[in-house]
Amino acid sequence: MRRLLWPVVVLVLLLALNIFFTPSFFSIQVRDGHLYGSLIDILRFGAPLILVSLGMTLVIATGGIDLSVGSVVAISGALACLQISQDAGLFTAVATALGLCLVLGAWNGLLVATVGIQPIIATLILMVAGRGLAQLITDGQIITVNNPAYKVIGGGYWLTVPFGILIVIAVLAITAFLTRRLALGMLIESVGGNAEASRLAGIRARGIIIMVYAFAALCAGVAGLMISSNVSSADGNNAGLWIELDAILAVVIGGTSLSGGRFSLSGTVLGALIIQTLTTTIYSIGVPPETTLLFKALVVTAVCLIQSPTFRAKAFRRRGRPASQSPAPEEKVRVTA
Amino acid sequence: MTALTVGRTTLPAKYLPVLVTGCLFVAMFVAGGIRYEGFASGQVILNVFIDNAFLLVVAVGMTFVILTGGIDLSVGSVVALSTMIAASLMEGPGWPPYVVVPLVLAIGSGLGLAMGWIIQAFDIQPFIVTLAGMFLARGLCYTIGTDSIPIDDPTFTAFAQTRIDLFADLWISPSVVIALVVVAVAAYVLHYTRFGRSVYATGGSEQSALLMGLPVARTKIIVYTLSGFCSALGGVLVSFYMLSGYGLHAVGMELDAIAAVVIGGALLTGGSGFLLGTVLGVLVLGLIQTILTFEGTLSSWWTKIFIGLLLFVFILFQRLFSARSRR
Repeated sequence: MRRLLWPVVVLVLLLALNIFFTPSFFSIQVRDGHLYGSLIDILRFGAPLILVSLGMTLVIATGGIDLSVGSVVAISGALACLQISQDAGLFTAVATALGLCLVLGAWNGLLVATVGIQPIIATLILMVAGRGLAQLITDGQIITVNNPAYKVIGGGYWLTVPFGILIVIAVLAITAFLTRRLALGMLIESVGGNAEASRLAGIRARGIIIMVYAFAALCAGVAGLMISSNVSSADGNNAGLWIELDAILAVVIGGTSLSGGRFSLSGTVLGALIIQTLTTTIYSIGVPPETTLLFKALVVTAVCLIQSPTFRAKAFRRRGRPASQSPAPEEKVRVTA
Repeated sequence: MTALTVGRTTLPAKYLPVLVTGCLFVAMFVAGGIRYEGFASGQVILNVFIDNAFLLVVAVGMTFVILTGGIDLSVGSVVALSTMIAASLMEGPGWPPYVVVPLVLAIGSGLGLAMGWIIQAFDIQPFIVTLAGMFLARGLCYTIGTDSIPIDDPTFTAFAQTRIDLFADLWISPSVVIALVVVAVAAYVLHYTRFGRSVYATGGSEQSALLMGLPVARTKIIVYTLSGFCSALGGVLVSFYMLSGYGLHAVGMELDAIAAVVIGGALLTGGSGFLLGTVLGVLVLGLIQTILTFEGTLSSWWTKIFIGLLLFVFILFQRLFSARSRR
């Protein structure tokens, strides 16, 4: 739990910053039977990022990385919207889209585990080709759909709570159960620690690797459905663009090491929330659009510095140094005072 | 296959990935020559160099970083920032190029130095620090201006239009000469100097390198500085090539550079790879684009799918040959 202390501090600081600019920031109301408020918005708009980051966490835990999730987000939204615009049923559309995502993820996993290509290149192939595939599906256009049932996935409510938040909670609960209550999480960490040693110890390392990539793609697929359903359209060109970088950032802010071997799901959720809060904050305190990236760079650097034990040690030592160098009597006075 | 077997017996195993990449590159060129008329000419290869001189320079810097086991995601943004600073300083206050270019190179190196120092001093993962650097440089671009700034400085345009004639109607641009000089210097530094050996040692095992008394901290900071310098130089070459400064130049170039280094046979875990491999990697990426232009009318999405496919086929073959010969 101590590992999560600093991400929590950062998140609280970011939220507190908003109070100065929007006094009503923390108020949550029920309007028309829906929950309303800035906090709810952060959760609602952050839902796709949380999902993608959850998948990314497991991939990174095996020592890999998945650059293709952004393209998978676009493909899944494009395929679902294409089918709905051709009058297919909602279930068929969602099932085929997610099915394709599973296949794409398994393809990534095969390249990494069986062919032995370095993960960053193996998934770069799908990142480039997948963006093309998404545009091929939409024929380079933006497909708009008008289907109330599909709209529910990303923009709907159930028992006053936005549906996207419920999906995230469900996926998080299932993932947490599978990895922390069953042995799966330990197996993933062991593969990330040393794939060859795990194989010799009787773990099917290849199967595990293929599974985590498929899971990451599935999560990205669900996120893609959410994003496209929220705006009722699919944009093969821009949907999920650069979401892989945000997801990796969320995972690392959450305390998972990129070298693999250990992971923290709650940390990842916190990391994704920090990034989404940052985005919301940028809008709410009115940072001009030209400088948003600068602001983001500064916050990311600050977050990383605060989380680095070396930095904290150095910062505290510097603050402590004058005291230790000052004459002893004074110090005694200060202690007694 | 026989050629590869001969290669294995005569060459040390560490050269194998580079050798396989080289053979595959030649095979790809021959295949292109058979398929397209006018493909198999010397100028096609030279054009690959001309169109990718900046990527070559950037990838050289990336090679150093990857050899130490790090990664630098900021290169594309630093390239864009360099074009932007150069263009705005020459167009607005009208600074002369011989002031602007050194200034741009200094800014790039400074950014690299800062990132390297943060990575080393506070023990933060390079991926994240350089990602923040990427946001920072791109953000600085937009702060300078959101529109494309044209460059009509006489020195720059003269540099852009110069052709260096070689024998038999072949020609290259001055940028290619700069890129090749960078490659030559970097190859010398990497393979024949004490610093180069420290780079390999740090990437192979940081712990062992430390215990051997090698200056690991200094090496790591220097490689990021070098990468920043190379990115800035790449940015200068881009502004020769495009004759404009724009915040959206070189989007995604970091991935191209990383891909080039890895295609060239380097391991992202560090300690293994060659500069010649990186050159081949850049050429492979350039040749893929050339093949696509010869293919003619492809829509932008089919182009992306084809790039992915060709990359896949190439890496698959590379992997299969290297793995089989190693056993």
